[in-house]
Amino acid sequence: MADERRLDGNAIGGMMLELFGVEMTNATEVCRTCGTADIVARLEVYMDAPGTVVRCAHCKAVLMRVVRSPDRTWVDFSGLGSIELPR
Amino acid sequence: MPLISRGFRGRQSEGPSDRIPPGQHLVDDFPVLSAGPTPHTPLEEWTFTIEGGAEPASWTWDEFRALPTEEVTTDIHCVTKWSKLDTVWRGVSLDTLLGLVEHDAGYLLAFCDGGYTTNLPLEHVTDGKAWIAYDYGGEPLEPEHGGPARMLVPHLYFWKSAKWIRGFRLQEEDEPGFWESNGYHILGDPWLEQRYWGD
Repeated sequence: MADERRLDGNAIGGMMLELFGVEMTNATEVCRTCGTADIVARLEVYMDAPGTVVRCAHCKAVLMRVVRSPDRTWVDFSGLGSIELPR
Repeated sequence: MPLISRGFRGRQSEGPSDRIPPGQHLVDDFPVLSAGPTPHTPLEEWTFTIEGGAEPASWTWDEFRALPTEEVTTDIHCVTKWSKLDTVWRGVSLDTLLGLVEHDAGYLLAFCDGGYTTNLPLEHVTDGKAWIAYDYGGEPLEPEHGGPARMLVPHLYFWKSAKWIRGFRLQEEDEPGFWESNGYHILGDPWLEQRYWGD
């Protein structure tokens, strides 16, 4: 059942574009927990929780949490070691 | 065909106003919301632990199931705006559990398989307000709904009713949990629409 709810990183393409101002699905991120580098499109995404949760596809650690209310957005990227933005 | 989020499916109606908090709609099914993969901890490895008391307390599954139980019929309210009426649960009251531990804490931080946490003031989980539930609708609680055991705190938004609970830590201070540290309200009273920080 869990796999039915798990999406890949393409599901957050629009949200990442809104947050960073550039197309991010091919951007490379590094997991702070296990050190694995991967592109955003390959991450594991859960969007039916009260917010959006993005996990490392390798170790399943939480990389990003994004909560959106009608007038605000909260962003926690503390699970990321680094992220490489395209120019 | 309309786009329907899985968190909002089901027949919708406004329901009785004295049982449906503001901003909520009624559902007949039981939507599944998860922030990660569903854990499947074998019962022989499952324990429930209370930390932060005078002595640590821990129960195996069989020991936990031997504790006094209560059947609870209650309405539940998810912050994603669905409410479900007359849900039937069986579990162990937090009054029972906290009565077995010597402490002077004011809060707890629940912890779960999968890493989820949520915080609660003890005044909101005592006097018949909260349970560790392991049956739903007369059947063992399914893993997708938090089985083998989940918190049940029905008077607060359902993110407080932590799935896959494995214990809690008693604390002097209120420490924000997984959602409360990133936008969601520290308490989450649905009748006051305490959804987000500052509500």
